[in-house]
Amino acid sequence: MSAMLVADFRDAGGLMRAAQWAKSAGYPLADAFSPFPLDGMPELLGGTSTRLRLWMFIGGMTVAALAYATEFWSAVYNYPIDSGGRPLNAWPAFMLFPFAVGIFGAALTGFIGLLVKCGLPRVHHPLFDINGFERVSQDRFMLALHAPQADTDKRTAVAWLKQAGADTVWELEW
Amino acid sequence: MSAAADIPREGARWTLPAGRSIAAVNEIVSAPLIEHRRWSWRLWWIAFAVSLALTAVMLVSIVWLFDRGIGIFGNNTTVVWGFPIANYVWWIGIGNAGTLISAMLLLLRQRWRASINRFAEAMTLFAAAIAGIFPILHLGRPLYFYWLVPYPNTMFVWPQWRSALIWDFWAISSYILFSILFWYVGLIPDLATLRDRARSTIARTLFGVFALGWRGSARHWHTFHVYHTTMACLGVPLVISLHSVVGLDFAASLMPGWSETIFPPYFVVGAMYSGFTMVILLAAVVRWGLRMQALITVAHFEVMAKILLAASVIMTLSYASEWFTAWYGGEPAERRLVAFAFAGDYRTLYWLMLIFNCAIAQAFWFPAVRRSILAVVVISQLINVGMWLERLTIVLNTLSHAYAPSAWHLFSPTIWDFLLLFGSLGFFALLYLIFCRLVPVVSMHETRRLLSAEAEQ
Repeated sequence: MSAMLVADFRDAGGLMRAAQWAKSAGYPLADAFSPFPLDGMPELLGGTSTRLRLWMFIGGMTVAALAYATEFWSAVYNYPIDSGGRPLNAWPAFMLFPFAVGIFGAALTGFIGLLVKCGLPRVHHPLFDINGFERVSQDRFMLALHAPQADTDKRTAVAWLKQAGADTVWELEW
Repeated sequence: MSAAADIPREGARWTLPAGRSIAAVNEIVSAPLIEHRRWSWRLWWIAFAVSLALTAVMLVSIVWLFDRGIGIFGNNTTVVWGFPIANYVWWIGIGNAGTLISAMLLLLRQRWRASINRFAEAMTLFAAAIAGIFPILHLGRPLYFYWLVPYPNTMFVWPQWRSALIWDFWAISSYILFSILFWYVGLIPDLATLRDRARSTIARTLFGVFALGWRGSARHWHTFHVYHTTMACLGVPLVISLHSVVGLDFAASLMPGWSETIFPPYFVVGAMYSGFTMVILLAAVVRWGLRMQALITVAHFEVMAKILLAASVIMTLSYASEWFTAWYGGEPAERRLVAFAFAGDYRTLYWLMLIFNCAIAQAFWFPAVRRSILAVVVISQLINVGMWLERLTIVLNTLSHAYAPSAWHLFSPTIWDFLLLFGSLGFFALLYLIFCRLVPVVSMHETRRLLSAEAEQ
């Protein structure tokens, strides 16, 4: 839990400009909230690197390997069917099953990774207590800064956010 | 934001002035779900009743089939596939198109997909699920379909992995599960919008649960974007493999007219072709029925007509290459089959198929035709019928007229063949009508982005 200042903006441009100024002024940015993804905002916040694709690759390959192993073991060892001397490990015919389930495995791993990385599902969050936060999923834009410790610094930050175009500034903890 | 000057050129191209602000997009898309009393739903109820009746027809046909066996269809010992497999290939083609269209357009950064991707993906889910029913219905002993699943059993047997039936089973089940994830993840931000707009507690709670607590954080958007584009990258090869497998069901055999290397890509393009025709029909219905004229515009129909035109040219080339290889290969059975297709007992079906799939789509060379929604819908539905005829003639011609003349036998459908086909159409319509009342049919967050000048910078 840390104290936050959350400022409300009317448009995406206002939010982007405020985020850029806050960053150059040395205020630590916490997060931004918008009804659609804003290009450049993740870079301003930092932490754009994600291992999601790597995890999807690992998940997909694991599922595909398991699928092939099932085929190999059942067709070669457990229940071999000799059909005119054709190879028991018929790998070209065996590829489709690992391919299809492997892609689904990657998709499922990615979905779980998405939920874990975003901390979802989380149906309640202190932000939802803000009167007006429901507009963020529709047409409003909000910026969250880590609030300065000292009261005077905090007041400066609030005044500064209002000057940058914020309609309202809230103080809350999460 | 609402000022027209702020709208980027691309956003202005794909919307009408009435839909050119973020507030308008939210309003238009959520109205059928939240303020549904704004207009009369009588036509919806009539359509619902009709599709419910047709679904009952489908269920009765299935019960009768399970009771009597596949002898109730026109299938015989020579033409063993008949309607159920033609229907399966047609439905899976439509089922392929939603994810293919959505994923390909996302990868190609075609932002106009925002208006059509949601209902195209829903179309995929319903059509693929219906397609999956047909091979099971066509089994002699449908109650044993689960033998396709590898599970330790008291019989100590495993599925035959070399069989095309196994490929179908895994390709379809993986594809449906994949499509559900792709569709649902794209839906989460819109469910959050509805959660925040809903007035009744029940709606707010339900949308809230399925929105998983989405709060539009920039970090979440970033992860969402990474996941969604990666899914699109995975989805395209999955879709192509799925319909290639359907093509291989035919091509891996040793039948004249089927064992052709062109079959997998030819089936994939055919799937996109018939799928787009269904998307056009649904786009027209959604646009008119849910008052989405401002978001689904003539420009969308025009660009989809262009895609149909391109697909039509590829299909025509594919048919021509079939005729050419039959002649050039010199195999008598292959040559005889082509002659049978053009002049044999099913010639009417074949000629109609060629007229619908190859000739009529050429009207889309004319801009005036592409810009008339009525013309685009009518032509696309003729193509849709043509694509069903294509699947039917692929099955019937080869099986009726294979290598051994002593085995030649014709197929004539029974009433049950038609009842099951139209019943499945009714079931599709029923699922679709329900979908329109539960979920936003147009992607709000993507349309907002399309309209945001700032997002373009």
